[in-house]
Amino acid sequence: MELLDPTGERQPAARQRVPRPASLEGLTVGLLDISKPRGDVFLDRLDEVLSGRGVEVLRFRKPTFTKPAPADLRYEIRVKCDAVVEALAD
Amino acid sequence: MDLPDGYVVFVKASCPTCRLVAPALLRLRDAGAPLTVYSQDDPLFPEGAEALDDSDLRRSYQAGVEVVPSLMHIEGGAVIERLEGWLRTDWERVTGVADLGADMPPFRAGCASRTLDPGMPELLAVRFGGEKLRSRRLEVAQLEDEFEAMFERGWTDGLPVVPPTPERVLRMLEGTDRDPPEVVAVVPPDLVECTVEKAAVNAVMAGCRPEYLPVVLAALEAACTSEFNIHGLLATTWSAGPVIIVNGPVTERIGMNAGGNALGQGNRANSTIGRALQLIVRNVGGGRPGGVDRATHGNPGKHTFCFSEDERGSPWEPLSVERGLPAGTSAVTLFAGSGLQPLVDQQSRSPESLARTYAACLQVVAHPKLALAWDAVLVVSPEHARVFREAGWSKARLREELDGLLRRPGAQMIRGAGGIAEGMPSSLAGAAVPKFRRGGLLIVHAGGTAGMFSAIIGGWASGAVGSEPVTREVRE
Repeated sequence: MELLDPTGERQPAARQRVPRPASLEGLTVGLLDISKPRGDVFLDRLDEVLSGRGVEVLRFRKPTFTKPAPADLRYEIRVKCDAVVEALAD
Repeated sequence: MDLPDGYVVFVKASCPTCRLVAPALLRLRDAGAPLTVYSQDDPLFPEGAEALDDSDLRRSYQAGVEVVPSLMHIEGGAVIERLEGWLRTDWERVTGVADLGADMPPFRAGCASRTLDPGMPELLAVRFGGEKLRSRRLEVAQLEDEFEAMFERGWTDGLPVVPPTPERVLRMLEGTDRDPPEVVAVVPPDLVECTVEKAAVNAVMAGCRPEYLPVVLAALEAACTSEFNIHGLLATTWSAGPVIIVNGPVTERIGMNAGGNALGQGNRANSTIGRALQLIVRNVGGGRPGGVDRATHGNPGKHTFCFSEDERGSPWEPLSVERGLPAGTSAVTLFAGSGLQPLVDQQSRSPESLARTYAACLQVVAHPKLALAWDAVLVVSPEHARVFREAGWSKARLREELDGLLRRPGAQMIRGAGGIAEGMPSSLAGAAVPKFRRGGLLIVHAGGTAGMFSAIIGGWASGAVGSEPVTREVRE
């Protein structure tokens, strides 16, 4: 019996992962709030800890947690940061 | 099509008109005309005509033959003239042989070509029209159980699906005028373009009939809008999934159920249209439980949740009209719904009392102390609708009443109030808090004629944060 494939017939695009940094010294770390309740509590504390260690911290925020981050926001994080921490919260 | 120049005739031995015409074919050949005869069933017929065997119907299919005998006059590979059946004067005119049917009756209707036998068009389309379908073809071994093979490939929602053979998919595509390669929507979470063909493959698997396909396509378009946000709806830990409410003439034409058990099992259209949408999200979009679907509980409606509004019995305008489409237009409205909460009120005979019952029950959507973040659909039954009809209440009047009843003092709803930590922010302590955002409560009429019950379909994160209900016309 011959069947037609009901799937998208796609392999997910293989993306190169940025290597994990050995140290945060001299790096810029992005903190991404996805707009879930209390995500800011976690990120504020992380901001304190990282800034205290002399790491440059940049803050970002998704408009809503229910939708993927807009392409422009993803691009901005990519060009400005060496690493990013995303607060999934809940 | 690649037919020889001259005269080409398609016949079958089982057709009385073809047998009648047989002597004329010999006469035509004897007159020196360049003649090619294709026989659909018996290459020895007509005797002496040296017919070519077309029992696999390739030539007949390619030439679009619908009637035998068919006489075609071909010049430079193009059909100059085509006759069907026997009309003596026409045959004589086209062939230029004046006494071609001298001893024959002036007229005999032909028979149906074998290409039109039941099931044959689909079979021939697959056999000779192969390039129409573009989906990858997978061969299931003869000893393999095709249903198990589909489970193993992860194509199903946990229930068996109909094997999507090319024949079935071609038949499904008959349900729409849209081209198979046309892109209907980009389906999350993998953001894959879903063509009409891919939708049809999944509709076959869901158990749809071809006439349901336009509704499936409309639902798919609506689901994949940014406003409806099926990506977030899929990914959420909340129970919700897509609910499809269908309005307009298509509902009766395809036999949908808006009456007893409308939101339950048993009706093929209701059951399979909702399922088709979910299979597309699963198979084309790649959205699966445990993958991007992170639901804590889910709900049985995530298999399928689709019903039509009972417009005939309703005292009110249909949902689609309320949402801006002209009356008489077929439409789907997609709602991010989390399941069904039925409510009972067998005592109210006044609209004021019944509205209070509705308001009390609607307050508990998601949590009685949470407001503005969830939408809801109120499904009003015929027996309840009668109360509003007899009192002359329009839907707008009911809404106005509910708007008032659904406002509660913020002090009762803030976090900590009533000994419950969950609730609204304390800044709302002095406000009158409406349960639903503007436009967040949909009201439809459906259900059996017995039962003083209505039902609430709770929503999910509402509006720009999560999902807006989306209405789309069904293009038939």
